[in-house]
Amino acid sequence: MTRNRSPQRSRILGYLVPVAAVTLALLIGALMLGILGANPLEGLNAMFQGAFGSGTAITSTILKATPLLFVAVGITIAFRANVINIGGEGQIVLGALLATVTALYLPEMPAPIMITLIAVAGIVGGGLWGAIPGALKAYYRVNEILSTIMLNIVAVQLMNFLLRGPLIDPQEIERGTRIPQTERLAEAADLPLLFGSGRFHIGPLIAVIAAVLAYILLWRTPTGFRLRAVGLSDDAARYAGMPEKRTIVLAMTLSGALCGLAGAVLVFGSESHRMVTDGSTAGFTGNAGFNGIVVALFGGLHPLWSIPASFLFGGLLVAGNALQRAVQVPSALILAINGLVVIFVVSSERIRKRILAHPVHVDEDEGPPGEGPDVMVPLSGGEPEAEP
Amino acid sequence: MSELFTTAVLVATVASGIRLAVPLLLAALGETFGQRSGVLNLGVEGMMLLGAFGGYYTVLQTDNVWLGVLVGAAVGAVLGVGTGVMSVTMQADQGISGIGVFLFGLGMSDLLFQKLVGTPRPIDTFPQLDIPLLSDIPIIGEMFFQSSAIVYLAFLAVPVATFVINRTPFGMDIRAVGQNPAAADSLGVSVARVRYATVIIGGTLAGIAGATLSIGLGIFQQNLTSGMGFIAVAIVYFGAWRPIGVMAGALLYGMVNALVLQTKTLGIVPTAWSDIASMAPAIITILALVFVATRFRQPAALTKPFIREG
Repeated sequence: MTRNRSPQRSRILGYLVPVAAVTLALLIGALMLGILGANPLEGLNAMFQGAFGSGTAITSTILKATPLLFVAVGITIAFRANVINIGGEGQIVLGALLATVTALYLPEMPAPIMITLIAVAGIVGGGLWGAIPGALKAYYRVNEILSTIMLNIVAVQLMNFLLRGPLIDPQEIERGTRIPQTERLAEAADLPLLFGSGRFHIGPLIAVIAAVLAYILLWRTPTGFRLRAVGLSDDAARYAGMPEKRTIVLAMTLSGALCGLAGAVLVFGSESHRMVTDGSTAGFTGNAGFNGIVVALFGGLHPLWSIPASFLFGGLLVAGNALQRAVQVPSALILAINGLVVIFVVSSERIRKRILAHPVHVDEDEGPPGEGPDVMVPLSGGEPEAEP
Repeated sequence: MSELFTTAVLVATVASGIRLAVPLLLAALGETFGQRSGVLNLGVEGMMLLGAFGGYYTVLQTDNVWLGVLVGAAVGAVLGVGTGVMSVTMQADQGISGIGVFLFGLGMSDLLFQKLVGTPRPIDTFPQLDIPLLSDIPIIGEMFFQSSAIVYLAFLAVPVATFVINRTPFGMDIRAVGQNPAAADSLGVSVARVRYATVIIGGTLAGIAGATLSIGLGIFQQNLTSGMGFIAVAIVYFGAWRPIGVMAGALLYGMVNALVLQTKTLGIVPTAWSDIASMAPAIITILALVFVATRFRQPAALTKPFIREG
């Protein structure tokens, strides 16, 4: 365990463990392709071309990566504070709903103000939906994993109710088609396009800025120090006089706020410029609330590493659609592979820790931005210790 | 509201509530074993989905519902072994690894369904099995004793689970390992072996629960369980880690759901509002979690991997 390895070498080896875990998951995916009767090489080629093979493909990948990045950064903040936020799906939906309501009911106004307001609405909607399980955990010791999942279920029903009822496009009622969607939202709220491509909006840019801000928050501010201190040891943080409970609520609120922003971007960056439901959360979010967890883990719970990680997994999702077209293998395969990625990455944590268990202290506060995570998962899961 | 209170409707609602409770009860009973030994298996949803597909596909091919349940159990058992490797051997974080199993099950069951079945085809469901004499009692008989064998078996499993956990040497090991693994270990109990056993029991029951759901409905579709597996995990908390409490939780959930469905079919509330009514089970679950968290202690070693000192 303490063989003499140089710190750099053990760090590099440490980074390679999650990469190996992902590679293994992808290999199993390729194997499944073979079992399903598709030529794995043909499939992989179609996937690569579909996700990275052209300008349009890369645009699709980046747009797909955007909600993943927001969620991953949010999840990272929560996980760093040892709060497991599985409620990304619901928080995305709530952010989207509040942003949609804002756009529907506000009078006409200049685009910059409108866009700021819908972004704030998204942040508030998601933030509130995150604050609830945060407060329940902090003050009532309710397991946040369970409460966030329950709130996901509540959120999808709320979305269906609002989009089938109060928020439905009046034309849908007139025509009797009753498709559960809003009317075309105010044009002032359309996310501005970049590069004149017709699709590439400012969403990805906002997501990258959010990731950088989250990095600064976590490693360059007292609040961030408190978040991480509570995450590493709530006892020590408590003895140091840190407000543990408020920190937990803050972590969940920030986490939810970022997911909510993802929701706003999903609506106002969409090509239809409406909010639509097919009755399921996944139909709106594309499982971003869960896939964002995969990205956060692969990014080593580091906001900046989440940027390339989201690009990779956004690519994987786009590749899944290409796969379906090229070799008729359902894109559900990608979801299964993502599940395996999570399983392998968390399971390989033990190996990684063993490699990193090197008697050299690395002061992570001083590390440059690209230094990456030292202790990847401060999680013990579940709720705080019961007080006697 | 008066339509809701006619005898016929009431009987139908209770009977359907019991049927709806069964998959949840089976999955939650299995989860109870894992949690009592200190393992939080959050992958129940994924296991149920794969068990549901396994059961559905078997019945589609063979028309034998019991073979379907058996296949569901086998699928669940295999996933239980996988969970053991993750949670016990690799000491992975239980909250997150369970989400991995969920995503895997969600994607894989959908993939297999689309590839092997394609268009939804109905299958045979469980035959009704009236309990002699008891089923003839007016009202009560109709509510409780005109169901299928799997329903009776699921409720019989409750006293069995209570007995195993409280009265057998294996049950004592489970409780010891869940409360104080270090002490159990020093007395020669293999923490790993006990936890493997409980997660495999949990997986098997989750698989059976999934198969019961799909065969009971006679269909399979993408995300058939839609959160039921997670609710099963919550119900274990709700039931304060006791099989009888778990049964109460499953029944409450089943009844609330049956009531919501009943108000929908009777058209008592406008259709749009039925979405609001559908929130009830999840909100009740959250309130129940608050109630339990402030009154009961969870197994001391829950979610904590056991690492032998020195």
